[in-house]
Amino acid sequence: MAEEIKHEDIYDMALHHRFQWEAAQDSYVILFPEGMVKLHGGAGEVVQLVDGKATVGEIVTALKTKFPEVDGIEADIIGMFGMALGKAWIRKLN
Amino acid sequence: MSQPTSLGESVVQQELSGQAKNNGVSANATQTQPLWLLAEVTYRCPLQCAFCFNPTDFDKHTQNELTTEQWIDALRDARKMGAVQLGISGGEPLLRDDIEDIVVEAKKLGYYSNLITSGVGLTEKRIQAFKDGGLDHIQLSMHDITAEINNFITNTKTFKLKQKVAAMIKGHGYPMVLNVVLHRYNIGHLKEILEMAEALGADYIELANTQYYGWSLVNRDQLMPLKEQVDEAERITKEFREQSDSNMKIFFVVPDYFGDRPKKCMNGWGEVFMIVTANGDVLPCHSARVLPNMEFPNVKADGLEYAWKESPAFNKYRGDDWMKEPCRSCSEKENDLGGCRCQAFLLSGDAESADPVCSLSPNHYLIEQAIEDSQNPALSEKPIIFRTNAKSKEYGEGDKERIERFHAVP
Repeated sequence: MAEEIKHEDIYDMALHHRFQWEAAQDSYVILFPEGMVKLHGGAGEVVQLVDGKATVGEIVTALKTKFPEVDGIEADIIGMFGMALGKAWIRKLN
Repeated sequence: MSQPTSLGESVVQQELSGQAKNNGVSANATQTQPLWLLAEVTYRCPLQCAFCFNPTDFDKHTQNELTTEQWIDALRDARKMGAVQLGISGGEPLLRDDIEDIVVEAKKLGYYSNLITSGVGLTEKRIQAFKDGGLDHIQLSMHDITAEINNFITNTKTFKLKQKVAAMIKGHGYPMVLNVVLHRYNIGHLKEILEMAEALGADYIELANTQYYGWSLVNRDQLMPLKEQVDEAERITKEFREQSDSNMKIFFVVPDYFGDRPKKCMNGWGEVFMIVTANGDVLPCHSARVLPNMEFPNVKADGLEYAWKESPAFNKYRGDDWMKEPCRSCSEKENDLGGCRCQAFLLSGDAESADPVCSLSPNHYLIEQAIEDSQNPALSEKPIIFRTNAKSKEYGEGDKERIERFHAVP
Protein backbone atom coordinates (compact mmCIF):
# COMPACT_ATOMS: atom_id res chain seq x y z
CA MET A 1 0.00 0.00 0.00
CA ALA A 2 1.55 3.31 -1.07
CA GLU A 3 1.91 5.71 1.81
CA GLU A 4 0.97 9.34 1.33
CA ILE A 5 3.93 11.72 1.41
CA LYS A 6 3.17 14.85 3.45
CA HIS A 7 5.08 18.12 3.63
CA GLU A 8 5.74 17.78 7.36
CA ASP A 9 7.25 14.28 7.02
CA ILE A 10 10.91 13.79 7.85
CA TYR A 11 12.85 10.98 6.21
CA ASP A 12 16.29 9.48 6.63
CA MET A 13 18.16 6.83 4.70
CA ALA A 14 16.94 3.34 5.59
CA LEU A 15 19.14 1.41 7.96
CA HIS A 16 22.15 -0.15 6.26
CA HIS A 17 21.66 1.99 3.17
CA ARG A 18 24.32 4.45 2.17
CA PHE A 19 24.02 7.29 -0.31
CA GLN A 20 27.18 8.44 -2.02
CA TRP A 21 28.61 9.94 -5.16
CA GLU A 22 30.31 7.39 -7.38
CA ALA A 23 32.78 9.02 -9.72
CA ALA A 24 33.15 5.80 -11.71
CA GLN A 25 29.39 5.82 -12.40
CA ASP A 26 29.20 9.56 -12.79
CA SER A 27 26.12 9.47 -10.60
CA TYR A 28 24.77 9.21 -7.08
CA VAL A 29 24.14 5.70 -5.85
CA ILE A 30 22.50 3.96 -2.93
CA LEU A 31 24.45 1.04 -1.53
CA PHE A 32 23.03 -1.76 0.59
CA PRO A 33 23.81 -5.41 1.29
CA GLU A 34 24.56 -7.10 -2.01
CA GLY A 35 23.39 -4.24 -4.11
CA MET A 36 23.61 -0.80 -5.59
CA VAL A 37 21.11 1.42 -7.30
CA LYS A 38 22.20 4.18 -9.61
CA LEU A 39 20.17 7.32 -9.24
CA HIS A 40 19.61 9.50 -12.23
CA GLY A 41 20.20 13.21 -11.92
CA GLY A 42 16.92 14.37 -10.44
CA ALA A 43 16.59 11.46 -8.05
CA GLY A 44 20.10 12.10 -6.76
CA GLU A 45 19.24 15.72 -6.08
CA VAL A 46 16.29 14.66 -3.93
CA VAL A 47 17.96 11.86 -1.97
CA GLN A 48 20.99 14.05 -1.33
CA LEU A 49 18.80 16.26 0.84
CA VAL A 50 17.31 13.37 2.85
CA ASP A 51 19.24 13.74 6.08
CA GLY A 52 16.89 12.85 8.90
CA LYS A 53 16.33 16.56 9.67
CA ALA A 54 14.79 18.35 6.70
CA THR A 55 11.05 17.99 6.13
CA VAL A 56 9.69 17.10 2.73
CA GLY A 57 8.35 20.65 2.51
CA GLU A 58 11.81 22.10 3.14
CA ILE A 59 13.32 19.84 0.51
CA VAL A 60 10.67 20.92 -2.00
CA THR A 61 11.43 24.57 -1.26
CA ALA A 62 15.17 24.04 -1.55
CA LEU A 63 14.86 22.31 -4.92
CA LYS A 64 12.37 24.87 -6.25
CA THR A 65 14.96 27.51 -5.44
CA LYS A 66 17.76 25.50 -7.02
CA PHE A 67 15.81 24.67 -10.18
CA PRO A 68 13.39 27.59 -10.72
CA GLU A 69 13.00 26.78 -14.41
CA VAL A 70 11.60 23.26 -13.86
CA ASP A 71 7.82 23.08 -14.11
CA GLY A 72 5.97 20.65 -11.87
CA ILE A 73 9.05 19.91 -9.79
CA GLU A 74 7.03 19.40 -6.64
CA ALA A 75 5.09 16.48 -8.10
CA ASP A 76 8.39 14.91 -9.24
CA ILE A 77 9.89 15.27 -5.78
CA ILE A 78 6.87 13.80 -4.05
CA GLY A 79 6.87 11.00 -6.61
CA MET A 80 10.53 10.31 -5.89
CA PHE A 81 9.82 10.12 -2.14
CA GLY A 82 6.99 7.69 -2.84
CA MET A 83 9.22 5.48 -4.93
CA ALA A 84 12.16 5.58 -2.48
CA LEU A 85 9.82 4.69 0.37
CA GLY A 86 8.25 1.91 -1.67
CA LYS A 87 11.69 0.46 -2.35
CA ALA A 88 12.63 0.88 1.33
CA TRP A 89 15.62 3.07 0.53
CA ILE A 90 14.39 5.68 3.01
CA ARG A 91 12.51 5.49 6.30
CA LYS A 92 10.10 7.90 7.94
CA LEU A 93 11.23 9.39 11.22
CA ASN A 94 8.12 11.20 12.44
CA MET B 1 33.26 -19.39 1.17
CA SER B 2 30.23 -21.54 1.04
CA GLN B 3 28.54 -20.99 -2.30
CA PRO B 4 28.53 -17.87 -4.44
CA THR B 5 24.87 -17.37 -4.07
CA SER B 6 24.50 -13.68 -3.94
CA LEU B 7 26.63 -13.30 -7.00
CA GLY B 8 24.03 -14.98 -9.16
CA GLU B 9 21.09 -12.89 -8.10
CA SER B 10 22.63 -9.73 -6.83
CA VAL B 11 20.92 -6.45 -7.27
CA VAL B 12 24.18 -5.00 -8.47
CA GLN B 13 23.72 -7.18 -11.47
CA GLN B 14 20.06 -6.57 -11.86
CA GLU B 15 20.35 -2.84 -11.65
CA LEU B 16 23.42 -2.61 -13.76
CA SER B 17 22.99 -5.36 -16.25
CA GLY B 18 21.69 -2.80 -18.71
CA GLN B 19 24.98 -1.00 -18.83
CA ALA B 20 27.05 -4.14 -18.52
CA LYS B 21 25.80 -5.54 -21.80
CA ASN B 22 28.62 -4.65 -24.07
CA ASN B 23 29.16 -7.28 -25.99
CA GLY B 24 31.56 -8.73 -28.46
CA VAL B 25 34.63 -6.65 -27.76
CA SER B 26 37.16 -6.47 -25.01
CA ALA B 27 36.83 -4.33 -21.91
CA ASN B 28 39.23 -1.63 -22.94
CA ALA B 29 36.76 -0.77 -25.66
CA THR B 30 33.61 -1.19 -23.58
CA GLN B 31 31.97 -0.11 -20.38
CA THR B 32 32.69 -3.21 -18.29
CA GLN B 33 33.56 -2.36 -14.72
CA PRO B 34 34.51 -4.59 -11.80
CA LEU B 35 31.74 -3.29 -9.54
CA TRP B 36 32.07 -6.32 -7.30
CA LEU B 37 35.42 -7.18 -5.79
CA LEU B 38 35.53 -10.48 -3.99
CA ALA B 39 38.60 -10.88 -1.82
CA GLU B 40 39.07 -14.55 -1.04
CA VAL B 41 41.65 -13.68 1.60
CA THR B 42 42.44 -17.22 2.67
CA TYR B 43 41.47 -20.75 1.73
CA ARG B 44 42.09 -21.95 5.26
CA CYS B 45 38.87 -22.86 7.04
CA PRO B 46 37.98 -24.51 10.35
CA LEU B 47 34.88 -26.04 8.73
CA GLN B 48 34.97 -28.94 6.30
CA CYS B 49 31.73 -28.43 4.39
CA ALA B 50 30.92 -31.08 1.85
CA PHE B 51 29.38 -28.51 -0.52
CA CYS B 52 32.20 -25.96 -0.42
CA PHE B 53 32.73 -24.09 -3.63
CA ASN B 54 36.47 -23.61 -3.14
CA PRO B 55 38.85 -25.52 -5.39
CA THR B 56 39.52 -29.01 -4.06
CA ASP B 57 43.25 -28.35 -4.40
CA PHE B 58 43.07 -25.20 -2.24
CA ASP B 59 45.85 -26.55 -0.05
CA LYS B 60 48.35 -25.36 -2.68
CA HIS B 61 47.37 -21.78 -1.93
CA THR B 62 47.48 -21.76 1.85
CA GLN B 63 51.21 -21.04 2.20
CA ASN B 64 51.50 -18.08 -0.17
CA GLU B 65 48.72 -15.71 0.88
CA LEU B 66 48.90 -12.02 0.06
CA THR B 67 50.15 -9.76 2.85
CA THR B 68 48.02 -7.03 4.44
CA GLU B 69 49.80 -4.41 2.33
CA GLN B 70 49.16 -6.33 -0.85
CA TRP B 71 45.46 -6.59 -0.01
CA ILE B 72 45.24 -2.90 0.72
CA ASP B 73 46.92 -2.07 -2.59
CA ALA B 74 44.47 -4.35 -4.38
CA LEU B 75 41.52 -2.65 -2.69
CA ARG B 76 42.84 0.75 -3.68
CA ASP B 77 43.44 -0.22 -7.30
CA ALA B 78 40.06 -1.91 -7.71
CA ARG B 79 38.29 1.10 -6.24
CA LYS B 80 39.93 3.33 -8.84
CA MET B 81 38.48 1.02 -11.48
CA GLY B 82 34.97 1.42 -10.09
CA ALA B 83 34.66 -1.42 -7.58
CA VAL B 84 32.15 -0.49 -4.89
CA GLN B 85 30.87 -3.70 -3.32
CA LEU B 86 33.58 -5.57 -1.45
CA GLY B 87 33.13 -9.14 -0.25
CA ILE B 88 35.72 -10.38 2.22
CA SER B 89 35.53 -14.12 1.93
CA GLY B 90 37.55 -17.29 2.04
CA GLY B 91 37.88 -20.05 3.37
CA GLU B 92 37.18 -18.43 6.68
CA PRO B 93 38.46 -14.85 6.51
CA LEU B 94 38.55 -14.58 10.30
CA LEU B 95 41.52 -16.94 10.36
CA ARG B 96 43.54 -13.88 9.31
CA ASP B 97 44.25 -11.38 12.03
CA ASP B 98 44.35 -8.37 9.68
CA ILE B 99 40.69 -8.26 8.66
CA GLU B 100 40.33 -5.26 10.97
CA ASP B 101 42.96 -3.36 8.92
CA ILE B 102 41.33 -4.36 5.65
CA VAL B 103 37.94 -3.17 6.92
CA VAL B 104 39.31 0.23 7.94
CA GLU B 105 40.90 0.72 4.54
CA ALA B 106 37.72 -0.40 2.75
CA LYS B 107 35.71 2.21 4.61
CA LYS B 108 38.27 4.91 3.87
CA LEU B 109 38.08 4.07 0.18
CA GLY B 110 34.27 4.19 0.08
CA TYR B 111 33.48 0.51 -0.36
CA TYR B 112 30.28 -1.04 0.89
CA SER B 113 31.94 -3.94 2.65
CA ASN B 114 30.66 -7.37 3.54
CA LEU B 115 32.34 -10.02 5.67
CA ILE B 116 31.28 -13.48 4.51
CA THR B 117 31.88 -15.82 7.41
CA SER B 118 31.03 -19.11 9.06
CA GLY B 119 31.10 -17.24 12.34
CA VAL B 120 33.99 -19.27 13.70
CA GLY B 121 36.46 -16.82 15.20
CA LEU B 122 34.02 -13.93 15.57
CA THR B 123 34.43 -12.54 19.08
CA GLU B 124 32.92 -9.51 20.83
CA LYS B 125 36.26 -7.79 20.52
CA ARG B 126 36.58 -8.38 16.80
CA ILE B 127 33.02 -7.47 15.91
CA GLN B 128 33.38 -4.23 17.87
CA ALA B 129 36.55 -3.46 15.90
CA PHE B 130 34.70 -4.16 12.65
CA LYS B 131 31.87 -1.87 13.70
CA ASP B 132 34.28 0.90 14.67
CA GLY B 133 36.25 0.36 11.47
CA GLY B 134 33.15 0.77 9.29
CA LEU B 135 32.35 -2.74 8.08
CA ASP B 136 28.88 -2.46 6.53
CA HIS B 137 27.52 -5.95 6.92
CA ILE B 138 28.23 -9.52 7.85
CA GLN B 139 26.87 -12.53 6.02
CA LEU B 140 26.66 -15.62 8.16
CA SER B 141 26.35 -19.13 6.81
CA MET B 142 23.76 -21.33 8.49
CA HIS B 143 23.18 -24.95 7.67
CA ASP B 144 20.11 -26.33 9.33
CA ILE B 145 17.73 -26.11 12.23
CA THR B 146 19.21 -29.26 13.70
CA ALA B 147 22.59 -29.65 15.31
CA GLU B 148 22.75 -33.08 13.74
CA ILE B 149 22.69 -31.91 10.11
CA ASN B 150 24.73 -28.77 10.79
CA ASN B 151 27.47 -30.78 12.41
CA PHE B 152 27.31 -33.54 9.83
CA ILE B 153 27.55 -31.43 6.69
CA THR B 154 30.28 -29.14 8.08
CA ASN B 155 32.03 -32.06 9.78
CA THR B 156 32.39 -29.85 12.86
CA LYS B 157 30.43 -29.13 16.03
CA THR B 158 29.46 -25.59 15.15
CA PHE B 159 25.69 -25.51 15.58
CA LYS B 160 25.54 -23.70 18.92
CA LEU B 161 28.27 -21.30 17.90
CA LYS B 162 26.28 -20.15 14.90
CA GLN B 163 23.25 -19.33 17.02
CA LYS B 164 25.48 -17.32 19.34
CA VAL B 165 27.18 -15.47 16.51
CA ALA B 166 23.83 -14.62 14.91
CA ALA B 167 22.79 -12.93 18.13
CA MET B 168 26.12 -11.10 18.32
CA ILE B 169 25.73 -9.74 14.78
CA LYS B 170 22.22 -8.53 15.52
CA GLY B 171 23.31 -7.11 18.86
CA HIS B 172 25.86 -4.88 17.15
CA GLY B 173 23.22 -3.36 14.91
CA TYR B 174 24.29 -5.16 11.76
CA PRO B 175 21.76 -6.22 9.17
CA MET B 176 21.33 -9.95 9.57
CA VAL B 177 22.18 -11.60 6.27
CA LEU B 178 21.97 -15.36 6.38
CA ASN B 179 23.14 -17.74 3.71
CA VAL B 180 21.84 -21.28 3.66
CA VAL B 181 23.14 -23.73 1.09
CA LEU B 182 20.39 -26.20 0.26
CA HIS B 183 21.07 -29.85 -0.44
CA ARG B 184 19.49 -33.22 0.10
CA TYR B 185 20.14 -33.18 3.84
CA ASN B 186 18.43 -29.89 4.72
CA ILE B 187 16.05 -29.04 1.88
CA GLY B 188 13.22 -30.88 3.63
CA HIS B 189 13.58 -28.49 6.60
CA LEU B 190 13.11 -25.33 4.58
CA LYS B 191 10.00 -24.09 6.32
CA GLU B 192 11.65 -24.49 9.71
CA ILE B 193 14.83 -22.84 8.40
CA LEU B 194 12.82 -19.81 7.27
CA GLU B 195 11.06 -19.67 10.63
CA MET B 196 14.40 -19.83 12.42
CA ALA B 197 15.76 -17.00 10.25
CA GLU B 198 12.74 -14.89 11.02
CA ALA B 199 13.03 -15.61 14.74
CA LEU B 200 16.70 -14.58 14.63
CA GLY B 201 15.58 -11.28 13.11
CA ALA B 202 17.17 -11.86 9.71
CA ASP B 203 16.84 -9.00 7.23
CA TYR B 204 17.93 -11.11 4.27
CA ILE B 205 18.17 -14.82 3.72
CA GLU B 206 19.74 -16.40 0.70
CA LEU B 207 18.57 -19.91 -0.08
CA ALA B 208 21.30 -21.19 -2.28
CA ASN B 209 20.58 -24.46 -3.97
CA THR B 210 23.94 -26.18 -4.26
CA GLN B 211 25.72 -25.52 -7.50
CA TYR B 212 28.24 -28.14 -8.41
CA TYR B 213 31.81 -26.90 -8.41
CA GLY B 214 34.79 -27.76 -6.21
CA TRP B 215 33.88 -30.02 -3.30
CA SER B 216 30.19 -29.98 -4.14
CA LEU B 217 30.93 -31.44 -7.57
CA VAL B 218 32.97 -34.21 -5.97
CA ASN B 219 29.98 -34.91 -3.72
CA ARG B 220 27.28 -34.29 -6.30
CA ASP B 221 25.72 -37.75 -6.17
CA GLN B 222 25.35 -37.48 -2.42
CA LEU B 223 24.14 -33.86 -2.22
CA MET B 224 21.68 -33.45 -5.05
CA PRO B 225 18.06 -33.38 -3.91
CA LEU B 226 15.17 -34.75 -5.96
CA LYS B 227 13.40 -32.47 -8.42
CA GLU B 228 10.23 -32.84 -6.34
CA GLN B 229 12.11 -31.59 -3.26
CA VAL B 230 13.33 -28.53 -5.16
CA ASP B 231 9.83 -27.78 -6.43
CA GLU B 232 8.48 -28.12 -2.91
CA ALA B 233 11.20 -25.79 -1.60
CA GLU B 234 10.23 -23.21 -4.17
CA ARG B 235 6.58 -23.55 -3.22
CA ILE B 236 7.37 -23.16 0.50
CA THR B 237 9.46 -20.08 -0.22
CA LYS B 238 6.66 -18.51 -2.23
CA GLU B 239 4.10 -19.31 0.44
CA PHE B 240 6.34 -17.93 3.18
CA ARG B 241 6.86 -14.69 1.24
CA GLU B 242 3.10 -14.27 0.89
CA GLN B 243 2.16 -15.14 4.45
CA SER B 244 4.92 -13.64 6.56
CA ASP B 245 4.47 -10.09 7.83
CA SER B 246 8.16 -9.58 8.52
CA ASN B 247 10.33 -7.57 6.15
CA MET B 248 12.77 -10.42 5.68
CA LYS B 249 13.87 -10.54 2.06
CA ILE B 250 14.28 -14.03 0.64
CA PHE B 251 16.53 -14.76 -2.32
CA PHE B 252 15.96 -18.19 -3.79
CA VAL B 253 18.82 -19.22 -6.04
CA VAL B 254 17.38 -21.66 -8.54
CA PRO B 255 19.36 -24.87 -9.07
CA ASP B 256 20.41 -24.92 -12.69
CA TYR B 257 20.44 -28.70 -13.03
CA PHE B 258 16.66 -28.71 -12.78
CA GLY B 259 16.09 -25.79 -15.12
CA ASP B 260 16.23 -26.00 -18.88
CA ARG B 261 18.20 -22.85 -19.56
CA PRO B 262 21.62 -22.09 -18.13
CA LYS B 263 22.40 -19.26 -15.74
CA LYS B 264 24.09 -16.12 -17.03
CA CYS B 265 27.11 -17.05 -15.02
CA MET B 266 28.66 -14.13 -13.09
CA ASN B 267 26.46 -11.92 -15.27
CA GLY B 268 28.98 -12.50 -18.00
CA TRP B 269 32.69 -13.29 -17.95
CA GLY B 270 34.66 -10.24 -16.87
CA GLU B 271 31.59 -7.99 -16.87
CA VAL B 272 31.05 -6.88 -13.25
CA PHE B 273 32.89 -9.34 -10.99
CA MET B 274 36.52 -9.61 -10.15
CA ILE B 275 37.89 -12.09 -7.67
CA VAL B 276 41.28 -11.89 -6.06
CA THR B 277 42.21 -15.20 -4.48
CA ALA B 278 44.32 -15.88 -1.39
CA ASN B 279 47.53 -16.12 -3.41
CA GLY B 280 46.73 -13.11 -5.60
CA ASP B 281 45.36 -14.79 -8.70
CA VAL B 282 42.79 -12.57 -10.38
CA LEU B 283 39.77 -14.47 -11.69
CA PRO B 284 36.47 -13.66 -13.37
CA CYS B 285 34.77 -16.43 -11.36
CA HIS B 286 35.48 -18.73 -8.45
CA SER B 287 36.41 -21.84 -10.32
CA ALA B 288 37.99 -20.44 -13.50
CA ARG B 289 41.31 -22.09 -12.71
CA VAL B 290 39.87 -25.46 -13.76
CA LEU B 291 39.80 -24.28 -17.40
CA PRO B 292 42.51 -25.64 -19.68
CA ASN B 293 45.11 -23.54 -21.52
CA MET B 294 44.41 -20.43 -19.50
CA GLU B 295 46.90 -18.36 -17.62
CA PHE B 296 45.36 -16.10 -15.03
CA PRO B 297 46.96 -12.84 -14.02
CA ASN B 298 48.23 -12.31 -10.48
CA VAL B 299 48.13 -9.02 -8.60
CA LYS B 300 51.74 -9.38 -7.54
CA ALA B 301 53.07 -9.56 -11.08
CA ASP B 302 50.45 -7.89 -13.22
CA GLY B 303 48.31 -5.49 -11.22
CA LEU B 304 44.53 -5.31 -11.38
CA GLU B 305 44.17 -2.87 -14.22
CA TYR B 306 46.09 -5.09 -16.59
CA ALA B 307 44.23 -8.13 -15.27
CA TRP B 308 40.80 -6.65 -15.94
CA LYS B 309 41.41 -4.76 -19.15
CA GLU B 310 44.25 -6.40 -20.99
CA SER B 311 44.83 -9.94 -19.79
CA PRO B 312 44.01 -12.62 -22.35
CA ALA B 313 42.19 -14.60 -19.65
CA PHE B 314 39.68 -11.84 -18.86
CA ASN B 315 39.09 -11.13 -22.53
CA LYS B 316 38.76 -14.73 -23.61
CA TYR B 317 35.02 -15.15 -22.98
CA ARG B 318 33.87 -11.58 -23.11
CA GLY B 319 31.19 -11.00 -25.68
CA ASP B 320 30.18 -13.89 -27.93
CA ASP B 321 32.95 -14.31 -30.50
CA TRP B 322 34.03 -17.52 -28.78
CA MET B 323 30.65 -19.21 -29.06
CA LYS B 324 29.97 -22.40 -30.99
CA GLU B 325 26.67 -23.72 -32.21
CA PRO B 326 24.00 -24.08 -30.93
CA CYS B 327 24.78 -20.94 -28.88
CA ARG B 328 26.11 -18.84 -31.73
CA SER B 329 22.82 -18.61 -33.61
CA CYS B 330 20.57 -19.01 -30.56
CA SER B 331 17.98 -16.30 -30.00
CA GLU B 332 18.60 -16.53 -26.25
CA LYS B 333 22.36 -16.10 -26.29
CA GLU B 334 22.16 -12.57 -24.90
CA ASN B 335 20.11 -13.80 -21.95
CA ASP B 336 22.50 -16.46 -20.73
CA LEU B 337 25.70 -16.07 -22.75
CA GLY B 338 25.77 -19.84 -23.17
CA GLY B 339 25.90 -20.47 -19.42
CA CYS B 340 28.95 -21.32 -17.38
CA ARG B 341 32.30 -22.02 -19.02
CA CYS B 342 33.58 -23.98 -16.02
CA GLN B 343 30.50 -26.17 -15.90
CA ALA B 344 30.70 -26.78 -19.65
CA PHE B 345 34.31 -27.87 -19.30
CA LEU B 346 33.99 -29.92 -16.13
CA LEU B 347 31.07 -31.88 -17.49
CA SER B 348 31.83 -32.15 -21.21
CA GLY B 349 35.55 -31.48 -21.53
CA ASP B 350 34.89 -28.56 -23.90
CA ALA B 351 34.97 -25.10 -22.32
CA GLU B 352 33.49 -23.45 -25.40
CA SER B 353 30.49 -25.70 -25.73
CA ALA B 354 27.02 -24.80 -24.50
CA ASP B 355 26.52 -25.31 -20.77
CA PRO B 356 25.08 -28.85 -20.61
CA VAL B 357 22.32 -27.51 -18.37
CA CYS B 358 20.74 -26.05 -21.50
CA SER B 359 18.17 -28.38 -23.03
CA LEU B 360 19.47 -27.30 -26.46
CA SER B 361 22.99 -28.49 -25.67
CA PRO B 362 24.07 -31.71 -27.37
CA ASN B 363 25.59 -32.59 -23.98
CA HIS B 364 22.38 -32.16 -22.01
CA TYR B 365 22.30 -35.93 -21.46
CA LEU B 366 25.18 -35.38 -18.99
CA ILE B 367 22.82 -33.49 -16.70
CA GLU B 368 20.14 -36.14 -17.05
CA GLN B 369 22.78 -38.74 -16.22
CA ALA B 370 23.92 -36.76 -13.18
CA ILE B 371 20.37 -36.54 -11.88
CA GLU B 372 19.96 -40.27 -12.42
CA ASP B 373 23.26 -41.01 -10.67
CA SER B 374 22.18 -39.03 -7.65
CA GLN B 375 19.21 -41.38 -7.33
CA ASN B 376 21.32 -44.48 -7.68
CA PRO B 377 22.05 -45.80 -4.18
CA ALA B 378 25.31 -47.39 -5.37
CA LEU B 379 26.61 -43.85 -5.95
CA SER B 380 24.56 -41.62 -3.69
CA GLU B 381 25.22 -43.70 -0.60
CA LYS B 382 28.98 -43.56 -1.01
CA PRO B 383 30.65 -41.69 1.86
CA ILE B 384 30.80 -37.91 1.48
CA ILE B 385 34.26 -36.46 0.99
CA PHE B 386 34.75 -33.57 3.40
CA ARG B 387 36.85 -30.50 2.70
CA THR B 388 39.93 -31.44 4.70
CA ASN B 389 43.50 -30.30 4.22
CA ALA B 390 44.66 -33.88 3.85
CA LYS B 391 42.18 -34.60 1.08
CA SER B 392 43.05 -31.32 -0.63
CA LYS B 393 46.73 -32.23 -0.58
CA GLU B 394 45.86 -35.52 -2.21
CA TYR B 395 43.78 -33.82 -4.93
CA GLY B 396 46.54 -31.26 -5.48
CA GLU B 397 48.88 -34.03 -6.50
CA GLY B 398 46.51 -34.85 -9.37
CA ASP B 399 43.58 -37.09 -8.68
CA LYS B 400 43.14 -39.57 -11.48
CA GLU B 401 39.58 -40.57 -10.71
CA ARG B 402 38.35 -36.97 -10.56
CA ILE B 403 40.29 -35.89 -13.68
CA GLU B 404 38.84 -38.80 -15.60
CA ARG B 405 35.33 -37.85 -14.59
CA PHE B 406 35.52 -34.03 -14.63
CA HIS B 407 38.47 -33.35 -16.97
CA ALA B 408 40.25 -31.48 -14.17
CA VAL B 409 40.58 -31.49 -10.40
CA PRO B 410 37.41 -29.50 -9.68
